[in-house]
Amino acid sequence: MLKKLAGLFVTFAKVGAMTFGGGYAMLPILQREVVENKGWATEEELADYFAIGQCTPGVIAVNTATFIGRRQCGIPGGIAATLGVVFPSLVIISLLAGVIQAFSELRWVKHAFAGIRVSVCVLIFNAVVKLFRKAIIDVPTATLYVVILLGAVLLKCSPAVFVVGAALCGIVLQVLSRREGVSA
Amino acid sequence: MTLYLQLFLEFFKAGLFAVGGGMATLPFLYDIATRTGWFTHTQLADMIAVSESTPGPIGVNTATYAGFLSKGVSGAVVATAGLITPSIIVILLIAAFLQAFRDNKYVNGAFYGLRPASAAMITAAGLVVARVTFLSGAVGWAVQWKAVALAAVLFLLTNVVAGTKKLHPIVWIALSAVAGVAFQF
Repeated sequence: MLKKLAGLFVTFAKVGAMTFGGGYAMLPILQREVVENKGWATEEELADYFAIGQCTPGVIAVNTATFIGRRQCGIPGGIAATLGVVFPSLVIISLLAGVIQAFSELRWVKHAFAGIRVSVCVLIFNAVVKLFRKAIIDVPTATLYVVILLGAVLLKCSPAVFVVGAALCGIVLQVLSRREGVSA
Repeated sequence: MTLYLQLFLEFFKAGLFAVGGGMATLPFLYDIATRTGWFTHTQLADMIAVSESTPGPIGVNTATYAGFLSKGVSGAVVATAGLITPSIIVILLIAAFLQAFRDNKYVNGAFYGLRPASAAMITAAGLVVARVTFLSGAVGWAVQWKAVALAAVLFLLTNVVAGTKKLHPIVWIALSAVAGVAFQF
């Protein structure tokens, strides 16, 4: 039990330390560490956690860590994984706090992060392709994808609207298709 | 002692009411700055820039920094604990609910719709980063050719070249940081 909790803490601390640029940038790292290396969740479950994280309070990284940790090791697991994911931030920010403004204005730091953003784009793209294969399985899911992508790009409304809407669409579609299945 | 309690409660509120990820916590942090004077709006703006250029979730980084400004390392710990406590409680409740209703057709239906939604929202977030990365510049929408070239190389190395496809994502992040410094991105 303790060993498993320590494992959760260490893995999520790694994820926290390797995530540059917020919650979405965490997806490729999670796919590698949690899905491929540890087998703690599937691609589909990861997509579910991200969707739920969008419409529940708090930081998505924390929400996802709590979910996966809890599944592996109950409530203590959820707490261990969450503490792991925030631990690197606590250490790094506390260490840098005194010099933080000077740090972010250094020329080479700016260049390095302009470079990092490129790899974050490519990694998010690869992560989305993987997710796409699992999530877009028929015409209704493809339609939902296109509609919500357009909505998210063009409209300035809360992601919670899309999440709740998509869940309702999913329920209606699933119930309808079952009816058809029965009558046919 | 009361300052710690106040710190915890203020960030607890931010964690409880900010829905939709790290950036959603920002309005709450501005509100905290205005009401408590623990840190200024300018410090908050700097903090956002810094949070984007240090590892870790942006919401957590900003809470840690705000806590640090008000009461040092212990303040950072208390503020971060406050921010994440509501998430932990809410997610533990939802997870318990999902486990109980795993085979429910309505729950399954909801996820059938949620997965493409999740993919679409991540695509949209990726497009925002891509816009800043490839089309930024002092004037208008200048194409950043160095960034485009690096992206093409990374795309090939992560999708086509057999020997490098399976390398850990952090390898590419480190390499692109070096490329950014070397080629003055």
